[in-house]
Amino acid sequence: MSLHPDYKGKYEYKWSHLPNLKLSGLEPLEVTPESNFINIGERTNVAGSRKFLRLIKDELFDEALSIAREQVEGGAQIIDINMDDGLIDGKMAMVQFLNLIAGEPDISRVPIMIDSSKWEIIEAGLQCAQGKCIVNSISLKEGKEKFITEAKKIKQYGAAVVVMAFDDKGQADTYERRIEICKNSYDILVNEVNFPPQDIIFDPNVFPVATGMDEHRKNAMDFFLATRWIRENLPGAHVSGGISNVSFSFRGNNVVREAMHSSFLYHAIKEGLDMGIVNPSMLEIYDDIPKDLLEHVEDVLFDRRDDATERLLTFSENVSGEVKSKTADLSWREGEIQERITHSLVKGIADFIEDDMEETRHLVKAPIEVIEIYLMNGMNVVGDLFGAGKMFLPQVVKSARVMKKAVAYLLPFIEATKTESKAKGKILLATVKGDVHDIGKNIVGVVLGCNNYDIVDMGVMVPADKILAKAIEEKVDIIGLSGLITPSLDEMVHVAKEMELQKMNFPLLIGGATTSKVHTAVKIDQNYKSGQTVYVLDASRSVTVVSNLLSHKKDEFVSDIKAEYEKVRVNYAKKKGFKTYLSLEDARANRYPIKWDKKDITTPKILGRKALKNYDLQELRGYIDWTPFFHTWELRGKYPAIFEHETMGVEAKKLFDDAQKMLDTIIAEQWITANAVIGLWPANTVDDDIEIYTDETRTEVMHTQYGMRQQLKKSAAANNVCVSDFIAPKSTGIKDYIGGFVVTTGLGIEDKLAVFKADHDDYNSILLKALADRLAEAFAERLHELVRQEYWGYETKTYEKGELIQEKYQGIRPAPGYPANPDHTEKPGLFRILDATELTGVSLTESMAMMPASSVSGWYFAHPESHYFGVGKVTIDQVERLADAKGIPLERMKRWLSSNFEEA
Amino acid sequence: MTDIREVLKERILILDGAMGTMIQRYKLEEEDFRKGWFEDHPSSLKGNNDLLSLTRPDIIKAIHAEYLAAGADIIETNTFSGTTIAQADYQLEKAAYDINYHGAKIAKEVCEEFTKKNPNKPRFVAGSIGPTNVTLSISPDVNDPGFRNSTFEKLVTAYSEQTRGLIEGGSDILLVETIFDTLNAKAALFAIKSVQDELKTSIPIMVSGTITDASGRTLSGQTTEAFLISVQHADILSIGLNCALGANALRPYLQVLKAKAPFFVSAHPNAGLPNEMGEYDESPEQMAAQIKTFLDEGLVNIVGGCCGTTPEHIKAMADLVK
Repeated sequence: MSLHPDYKGKYEYKWSHLPNLKLSGLEPLEVTPESNFINIGERTNVAGSRKFLRLIKDELFDEALSIAREQVEGGAQIIDINMDDGLIDGKMAMVQFLNLIAGEPDISRVPIMIDSSKWEIIEAGLQCAQGKCIVNSISLKEGKEKFITEAKKIKQYGAAVVVMAFDDKGQADTYERRIEICKNSYDILVNEVNFPPQDIIFDPNVFPVATGMDEHRKNAMDFFLATRWIRENLPGAHVSGGISNVSFSFRGNNVVREAMHSSFLYHAIKEGLDMGIVNPSMLEIYDDIPKDLLEHVEDVLFDRRDDATERLLTFSENVSGEVKSKTADLSWREGEIQERITHSLVKGIADFIEDDMEETRHLVKAPIEVIEIYLMNGMNVVGDLFGAGKMFLPQVVKSARVMKKAVAYLLPFIEATKTESKAKGKILLATVKGDVHDIGKNIVGVVLGCNNYDIVDMGVMVPADKILAKAIEEKVDIIGLSGLITPSLDEMVHVAKEMELQKMNFPLLIGGATTSKVHTAVKIDQNYKSGQTVYVLDASRSVTVVSNLLSHKKDEFVSDIKAEYEKVRVNYAKKKGFKTYLSLEDARANRYPIKWDKKDITTPKILGRKALKNYDLQELRGYIDWTPFFHTWELRGKYPAIFEHETMGVEAKKLFDDAQKMLDTIIAEQWITANAVIGLWPANTVDDDIEIYTDETRTEVMHTQYGMRQQLKKSAAANNVCVSDFIAPKSTGIKDYIGGFVVTTGLGIEDKLAVFKADHDDYNSILLKALADRLAEAFAERLHELVRQEYWGYETKTYEKGELIQEKYQGIRPAPGYPANPDHTEKPGLFRILDATELTGVSLTESMAMMPASSVSGWYFAHPESHYFGVGKVTIDQVERLADAKGIPLERMKRWLSSNFEEA
Repeated sequence: MTDIREVLKERILILDGAMGTMIQRYKLEEEDFRKGWFEDHPSSLKGNNDLLSLTRPDIIKAIHAEYLAAGADIIETNTFSGTTIAQADYQLEKAAYDINYHGAKIAKEVCEEFTKKNPNKPRFVAGSIGPTNVTLSISPDVNDPGFRNSTFEKLVTAYSEQTRGLIEGGSDILLVETIFDTLNAKAALFAIKSVQDELKTSIPIMVSGTITDASGRTLSGQTTEAFLISVQHADILSIGLNCALGANALRPYLQVLKAKAPFFVSAHPNAGLPNEMGEYDESPEQMAAQIKTFLDEGLVNIVGGCCGTTPEHIKAMADLVK
């Protein structure tokens, strides 16, 4: 039956002669009579989400984007975006957020609902979205004329519209007022503006119930009735609403709220509601609502009893948030042997595995069968769960630890019987010459090892000839190269060329932080025709890639890859064409303009070098930025919000707890030593270069730091920046300064890693390296703070830890070889004037990677206007001028800058 | 003047082919791009093909005439880069209106001659509106994804001027083409609507997008259907696809448009994909054989050529619909 006395049964769409409502992001969304209900994500709304408001206010757009992404991943078919808040510039925030969304295909695939009460924000939003949006909302509140003007504009921009049941007399709060205003609005839109009727969506106001006030008792019922009336009488029009309003008076009691939302939706949809702004995680499944709770909720929604509100309030006190308690459950130990082994592997529990191996060993003919049957069965379950996204990398690495421990236990028995395990294939892995970063490579090794591939891990800094000789000697099936710093990209090209020269045909896998599909397709694949190159985004993809390459589907897989890379190359060539570059001379003329004023420059309290040895690790711990730590483990979320994540949260927390425990030990037992050196010197700029002087007389140049300048042609307002723009030019006569630093937290780590290796413990080995990396960054952060507040002494304000991570303070510390300063050959000069190798124990490889890997170096700039930027691509004139100035042969300079320069 | 909407109900219309390919045949020099208009311009103008409608109208008219003689029903004006934004590369923002006005005017003159000779085959001028060299949905700076090198409002201003020139010069149709970023196209459609309201005209609009890769998406990431939905609000005559791909590769996306669009459908593909040297080498016969499958399937109402096509290609297509 219908709740509305005039109509029967569930609402059935009766306007099929009209076109459907069609919306688009990158992909289409058609609202058909069969769509049932379109859910609109509500969390990117500053008025509705305190967290989102804070992120926007603090301009943490990356995190704000992740909220949008979570909503889409969580099933939102449209996302509502609202920036109406007195404390933010709503128009600017809307534009910035929509522009950023446009660059995130996993968000922008869905249509956008531009939500604002201010017309200027709506219009600014409409100018930033390529798809067909919904405007939320307009109404007759400020009269018919304004309503018509705005509707005409919306039509010209090509958007659908939400119309609020609101007019100059106020917001509709009864059934009669709702239908009167909606009818009136509809007639104006369709007859006077010629607005497509299917593009009209009414919001007949969801108001709270159970507020204790008599006039609110009919709020839900009136909404249901109005919804039905609109759908029956206004051809083509849709009905939407902000659902969570209805349960407003039960804030804090999510059990009751979720039940109210579900019941409200269940009935409203029957009456014809076909869209709604909802939080999908605040919905209970209607059938799962306990019957007694449901009855109390529906008494309120339908206004069935005079005491409905009081009864629900009383009842709700007993259903507020129950939390189940956890105790260690060992009941699984009572299961069959295979179940127990599988359980140990899936859960990563090593405590019982040796006992289980001992027991299993007696059940089989040859000990090798324990691996081939029992352990492999278990690992297959792990592989399946990982493939389905139900297990995450840290869990898999723990599974591998159990597996290795089991195999180590069996090995003596297997060797006694002299049979050999048959692996699925042999993979050689190496970090290329000049590079020392291997966390990612090790993770790939573990993941492949878990999937029963034999791994030949050659470690770090492996030259091309060694890799190729080993590949032949070991008869491997595939070669995988890894690297993190940009010169490694070029080394990978070199390895590929050598393989081509020797007419090898091993498939070549490419991975690591600076590698990319574009670089692989454009630079590596092109140079290796006798075999196939494949870019591997992360460890989890490596299994699919390897299994495809070693299966009967190889040809098909390879031809797909070839086609894909061809496309990448074509697109790359095309995109390259869109950009234009300035000559170095013109770029210099468009330098970042600082009005030089002595007031902005503080003379450092100390000049010259200062070394800090054996720094307190406990102090550094508080400076760790945890988000990148989770990224290392392919858990992509922000700390600490990641703990709340629906699927990853629990594992992230476990990983974090393990990390805390290891940190305790690292500190207590002094596993690693933290050393640093800083230097502060008088400096001035000449063109793009910074002259660093031995003393305040500024007569003797101790070192010249050569800067690289952006050359991309930009809009009129933007500049072509170079780091040297942040230091006063010599010609101003103003005395300026620069600083430099090297820190490391990697000394001593090798001893501990050797212990883990002996114990087959990849998990703890990777954990330790990841923590050492985090501590190095933390040290750099802490040292920068010391420099700002003490050694240089220009900072008086004390910043919170979170503000440090967001780099809110004045001044920057760009590293040579990274975006602001991409020339790696600037490192030896910095090391020389700091005497860094002597004072910290950090040295440079031939590719200018720092050893140990957990080290950070950079320059300090203190000017209030100094900021981070990326140099991007440069043209040949700049490469020539650097080669010339630095006395490096042009061809070699081109190789060093291959990420920033390419031959036309 | 015959109404193109009526003609389209009866037969398939032929659009002309590439302008740039034809201009290359003339081996023009710097002075050809300056003659009588920009003699003292401080920077080089060679390669700014749109200027030739002003400086060498004889050549542009001759090319138009070749295409009409080959059987084209619709010819595109030589105004693909005729916005202040695209002309800024040559510091010739001030020439934008003239490029469009004269570009339309000379095309109209040639069309009228041909229509007069054979009134049963009326010829139409389509004012060509290109995508410009900016992207409203894509940041040109990889390090700053929120950055844009122009705004919707600036594009509306530029497109309004172009539209006004094209209409006042005598265009019969406006053709928004080679759309790689739908937001740019929405700005063009917004501008056209405003200018048409102001001039009280309702010249039909053709819209033609560009699918840049085999995944079937535009450069700005939209699927063909999402692209269609995003421009469907404008009162348009036809929707179609051009450039980037050869005819065969366009077919699946034309099928989407045919099935979903409440408009006529157009296609003007390239003469195949460029070879290693960047040349298009599909012969008129090869291309016509592919276009024939479009016709057999009833996919298109307007068909022509983009990069690399010549009057010979257009003649081969025109012969198919005779």
